[in-house]
Amino acid sequence: MAELTAWDRVTLARQLERPKASDYINSIFEDFIELHGDRCFGDDKAIIGGIATLNKMPVTVIGEQKGKNVKENMERNFGMPEPEGYRKALRLMKQAEKFKRPIITFIDTPGAYPGMGAEERGQGEAIARSIMEMSSLKVPIICIIIGEGSSGGALAIGVGDKIVMLENAVYSILSPEGFASILYKDSTKAKEAAQNMKMTANDLKKLKIIDKIIKEPEDGAQNDFETIVEEIKKYLTQSIKKLQQLTEEELLKQRYAKFRNM
Amino acid sequence: MIIDKVKKLNGEDTKRVKNEKAADMMIGKWVKCDSCKEIIYKEDLHKNLSVCPNCGKHFRLSARRRIKQIADEGTFEEIGADILTKDPLKFDGYLKKVEVLKEKTKIEEAVKCGICEIEGEKAVLGVMDGNFLMGSMGSAVGERITLAIETAIEKELPLIMFCVSGGARMQEGIVSLMQMAKTSSAIAKLNQAKNLYISVLTDPTTGGVTASFASLGDIILAEPKALIGFAGPRVIEQTIKQKLPEGFQSSEFLLEHGFIDKIVERKEMKSTLAKLIRMHK
Ligand SMILES: [Zn+2]
Repeated sequence: MAELTAWDRVTLARQLERPKASDYINSIFEDFIELHGDRCFGDDKAIIGGIATLNKMPVTVIGEQKGKNVKENMERNFGMPEPEGYRKALRLMKQAEKFKRPIITFIDTPGAYPGMGAEERGQGEAIARSIMEMSSLKVPIICIIIGEGSSGGALAIGVGDKIVMLENAVYSILSPEGFASILYKDSTKAKEAAQNMKMTANDLKKLKIIDKIIKEPEDGAQNDFETIVEEIKKYLTQSIKKLQQLTEEELLKQRYAKFRNM
Repeated sequence: MIIDKVKKLNGEDTKRVKNEKAADMMIGKWVKCDSCKEIIYKEDLHKNLSVCPNCGKHFRLSARRRIKQIADEGTFEEIGADILTKDPLKFDGYLKKVEVLKEKTKIEEAVKCGICEIEGEKAVLGVMDGNFLMGSMGSAVGERITLAIETAIEKELPLIMFCVSGGARMQEGIVSLMQMAKTSSAIAKLNQAKNLYISVLTDPTTGGVTASFASLGDIILAEPKALIGFAGPRVIEQTIKQKLPEGFQSSEFLLEHGFIDKIVERKEMKSTLAKLIRMHK
């Protein structure tokens, strides 16, 4: 079988039936308790978060949540968070730091929602603050891109010690359609754009943006979900253990250097 | 905005001026204020800090002019000037485009940083330049700004950042996105070191710059009527399928919604910055 093109992977990453953040959270961890709200404005359903255990160790998990059908997607705003989503995520991450819990985030978004309300409530500020605070949280953070990781809306929960990507996930500055319409003045050139943007897991590993690729079948993660869950679980267990051996100072120094060199 | 050819002009006012000053206009000595439509002699505009003498519109400034307005004469010492554009994606035609632009604008990249004095107060000053690929943030911009922040920490100086940006440097793709993480992490360090950081938002400040260092100042100032937001107005209009109200995402709108501390006119900017720096000594 020929190697999948970048556009093939974009298509796989966006599939409705592809496993979503909640699927991973419920399969990798035990006893997930979802916590709600940003204590400021509301509860954004495009981001879920809470406490769970990983091999009996309490962890904080956060995920951008897409739906698997139109109804679910309407409820989840297609996984496009508003400021209160990022503020909820940050609240939960600060809570994790207080109780010394490692943080695991699942990234899957076409981008932060570009609506009027989102702008009025400071979308830029919410993303900026989340990025800044994540850079100095004194607990291990592992970020996993499971589907679409697009723009600052993805990076807002993507500043971690280890960045992991599923083989058919994509991570980029914006959608290939948007990229094509800006740089090629033609949104139908999205396939070409996807290729040139270097947005696949293999490209990003070469660029040293990500640390680890989780293999998946050529027809998508839904077709071998259990193996993928086991792989992620194994990676999380090992890397959290390693990161916990560092002093707080070493951990933060290493995280700073990681992004400093990009 | 700048009119360099007579044939671009129209309207009654213009006709009058055209007859009087046709020769001058041929060599581009006049500009039209796109806010009040008044034709202004360029030299008068520059003497007035590039603010329309008629309606008060703040014209966009190059980094060079901005530094001249803010830094005490002869005190600006550039840092990171040797950090130049990189092409991490090997994006077709990008570096060639940059070369042509550099030749045309005599600007090396979309930000200039340095150490200077502001009314005798020493500070690190970073100034973005919208004339260079719309002030977009690629690796050179991110690197220069991060170096400026680290210099402020090392030399225990306040940091002033003048922001103007269309957002990400598309041609640098994911590497451009990562500059948001790099600069914001450096601001976190600056905070831990307890240095003062004043961010000044000018027209336009959008995208990845808004969603990183621009929104993280201890004090956030803005010039009047600047466009400030994360998503651009056109993207929002396409999403909500309606026109945005007048003044949406303006400085005044952000002040109203609690996202900036103060709107400062250009003529008050330098003294305001100096005053704030003194209060944090
Ligand atoms: Zn005017």
